[in-house]
Amino acid sequence: MSTDTSTAVRSEIMVEAPIERAFAVFTEEMQTWWNPDHHLIETAEMIVEPRVGGNIVDRGPDGSECRWSRVLAYEPPTLFVFSWDINTRWELEPDPDKTSEVAVTFTAEAPDRTQVVLEHRHLDRHGEGWEGMRDAVGSGWSDLAGLKDAIEGRPPFPG
Amino acid sequence: MTDSIGQTLIALGDPTRREVFELVAARPRAVGELAAELPVSRPAVSQHLRVLKEAGLVTDEAVGARRVYQLHPEGVAELRDYLDGFWNRSLRAFKAAAEADDKEER
Repeated sequence: MSTDTSTAVRSEIMVEAPIERAFAVFTEEMQTWWNPDHHLIETAEMIVEPRVGGNIVDRGPDGSECRWSRVLAYEPPTLFVFSWDINTRWELEPDPDKTSEVAVTFTAEAPDRTQVVLEHRHLDRHGEGWEGMRDAVGSGWSDLAGLKDAIEGRPPFPG
Repeated sequence: MTDSIGQTLIALGDPTRREVFELVAARPRAVGELAAELPVSRPAVSQHLRVLKEAGLVTDEAVGARRVYQLHPEGVAELRDYLDGFWNRSLRAFKAAAEADDKEER
């Protein structure tokens, strides 16, 4: 399926760590970096079931579970794809046809350096109001590049 | 949080005010310096600075007889977090976790 950039959000980062570690931290240690404010239930633990057809499970302190994602590809240490079974009202979306997906690819640039590219795609599948989901997960910088440079300490004007 | 971000975005919605902000971001500047660099009057610059200050983007400080304006790091960080969006913020946190020594982890 083609990737229409207007219905996808892309983000990438260079990590000073071996590819195996990068993949492991992204999947097995998701709760160490996932924003604690971004869960549908109070979450004590995040579990990625390491197989296609498994789930990403948020588990509450009382043992309650929220299975908000399906693992669509699990190919350590290079590829992890999972679904985004959340609707535009930030509730669980039971219909897989109305969910988007997040593809994460890991590329070893050096033994201790890994390029991580994340694409959150097919956001239009969320239906009416999907642009709000795109804006929430994506960046608002597109029209504000000069401002971004200014904040980050680079000269705002060339020359 | 949402309200203050709204105020911040409104403050930066005006192109001249954004130019004032970018000049202050490059280095601290006094009102007179800004007026000299921009095609607007000194009172207009002061008005733009007042809006930027109320939005939490700049702070001012008296240096001798002059009032010097500079970036307000907390306000700028909030704006940056907002504009970066969920995945950019998450990947930065992921990078920090992946680069941390194993022994520092839980």
